[in-house]
Amino acid sequence: MAKYALQRLALAIPVLLGVLLVGFFLMQVVPTDPAIIRAGPQATQDVVEAIREELGLNKPLWQQFGLYMWRLFQGDLGVSIINNVAVTQELGDTIGPTLELMVASLFWSIPLGILMGTLAAYWRGSLIDRGIMAISVAGVSVPVFFIGLLMIWLLGFQWQLLPFTGRGGPLWTMDGIMAIILPALTLGGVFVGPVARMTRTAVVDMLSADHVRTARAKGLNEFLVVLRHALRNALIPVITLIGLQIGFLLGGAVVTETIFSWPGVGRLAVGAILSSDFPMAQGTIIVLSLGFILINLAVDLLYAVLDPRVRLS
Amino acid sequence: MTLLSVENLVTSFKTSAGEVRAVDGVSIAVERGQTLGIVGESGCGKSVLSLSIMQLLAHPGRVVEGKVLLEGRNLLDLSARQMRAVRGREIAMIFQEPMTSLNPVHSIGYQITEAMRAHEPSLSAAELRNRAVAVLDRVRIPSAARRFDEYPHQLSGGMRQRVMIAMALACKPKLLIADEPTTALDVTVQAQILELLRELQAENGMGIILITHDLGVIAEMADRVSVMYAGRVVERSSSAELFDDPQHPYTLGLLGSIPRVDEEKDRLTAIEGAVPPPFAWPPGCRFAPRCPFSIEACTQAPPALREVAPDHAAACLEAPL
Ligand SMILES: Nc1ncnc2c1ncn2[C@@H]1O[C@H](COP(=O)(O)OP(=O)(O)OP(=O)(O)O)[C@@H](O)[C@H]1O
Ligand SMILES: [Mg+2]
Repeated sequence: MAKYALQRLALAIPVLLGVLLVGFFLMQVVPTDPAIIRAGPQATQDVVEAIREELGLNKPLWQQFGLYMWRLFQGDLGVSIINNVAVTQELGDTIGPTLELMVASLFWSIPLGILMGTLAAYWRGSLIDRGIMAISVAGVSVPVFFIGLLMIWLLGFQWQLLPFTGRGGPLWTMDGIMAIILPALTLGGVFVGPVARMTRTAVVDMLSADHVRTARAKGLNEFLVVLRHALRNALIPVITLIGLQIGFLLGGAVVTETIFSWPGVGRLAVGAILSSDFPMAQGTIIVLSLGFILINLAVDLLYAVLDPRVRLS
Repeated sequence: MTLLSVENLVTSFKTSAGEVRAVDGVSIAVERGQTLGIVGESGCGKSVLSLSIMQLLAHPGRVVEGKVLLEGRNLLDLSARQMRAVRGREIAMIFQEPMTSLNPVHSIGYQITEAMRAHEPSLSAAELRNRAVAVLDRVRIPSAARRFDEYPHQLSGGMRQRVMIAMALACKPKLLIADEPTTALDVTVQAQILELLRELQAENGMGIILITHDLGVIAEMADRVSVMYAGRVVERSSSAELFDDPQHPYTLGLLGSIPRVDEEKDRLTAIEGAVPPPFAWPPGCRFAPRCPFSIEACTQAPPALREVAPDHAAACLEAPL
């Protein structure tokens, strides 16, 4: 198990380096000159030149990359071109709310998706199955922003039940909980459908497995048969597939945060890109990619926890 | 009273090609402490018959006629809950596929105790563990106490089949249905498993239905035999009598097809062709198209299973042969 975990960790390192490299080159290929933006529209050529010198933009590419890595290593992601705040500081302030939002979204959507998928699988071909699958397909095909806007309009605006702008405070306060409901429903909402469908497929597969017949032959009741011998085994492929969907979750977080003015990394990223704040944009991309890597790592470890064949090999 | 008697059982599958009677009017009987062998080629309905007895048929399979009497009580009349209390406790079953019949994600100890817990919920965790280790020990799993926490993938096929047997025996059933328990195993392991079953039977007097397509296994194990062909029993007698004086051409064919190491290979006379699929069964005797003895009348109506010698029945117009 420890060996497996280390292996996975070792595999994540090249991916991380790749991300950093892409982050660096992203800055090279953008058509705008960061020095000009930093200097402002009225600046003279000399000022721009000076800033370029200061930022090290005149050095050869490999030296710039070395410098970038060296700074990164020291936890220095540069300062915002727009307001001169350290990128790491802004990121530090926004990571918490983003994590909060993701956890709150997954907290309800994954269990619900798994429950729906299992019920659909058990009663496959029935009206229950068709109903659940219709809901899931609808959930998959509707874009995040549409659900978000619909909920804002209905629950926030029309009925005035829930706040829909910004974070209300820490999650242990009532305000904090009220404020996260709509964003978490929106972001989690896109996840329910795919999880339900993947679970259904995996559980249907498992229900016809030989070991499920053995479980029935022992005289177990249907609840135990489904829970311990179909769903329990189906979780292995389901977790894998959920891992593959994490990219969508991060993308969804960017959109959701923007719609609900949620002070997270996603909104920070959008703001930075729109205002050509390159160091900030670079920082957010690195953090989001890091999140992607970490979640996948967590999925790999969970996989080992669920499957003794992986754990003990 | 007979331990289990199946009377005129019909199991049908509703498929797109129409209704298929994979088991078509089968009657069998097993006594306490005895072994009934059921033999027949692949596809003749042996597994469907055993799953019908256990009521474990997957959709679209359904028992449409007949009785399954366990000590006189018709299992087909039981509610789902009552039937669950029979499964594992009164009738246990082991399957053809030792590699996939155990759940890979649970330890073997868990899977054995689960069966006991289902029927005796009052047992404590320690008692469950002790009993499971004892039964693992009984089926000769070496260092059973340590194996308790191992997973199926850590065991060989033979060991897994022993675990399956341990699981089946955990609640001391009256009847064990073993559906080709050794087909997937190599010859030496096969002999050990059969020997184990015989010992266990002598010990606790359970009845066994042993399903196989291997007449060698029947000769070694069975007290009585029912030969199945295409969803029907075509011959029924004591095991000794069947080998001595077979009365159905199909049985003759099967006997001819036992591989004998001691004789030259070219003496083997396997039956030509294969069991037709259920939707292609002929209207008369289902074996007629492959039968060297068949006459015009064989293709008219299915021959009934009738006594051709004392305690020996065959479904053939030509019998006694
Ligand atoms: N789910 C199903 N749908 C339709 N027909 C089925 C189904 N399951 C079994 N059958 C039919 O029942 C017949 C008997 O199958 P069964 O598995 O009982 O054979 P068997 O005697 O156990 O063979 P084997 O020695 O290969 O295990 C098969 O020919 C098949 O056509
Ligand atoms: Mg079979």
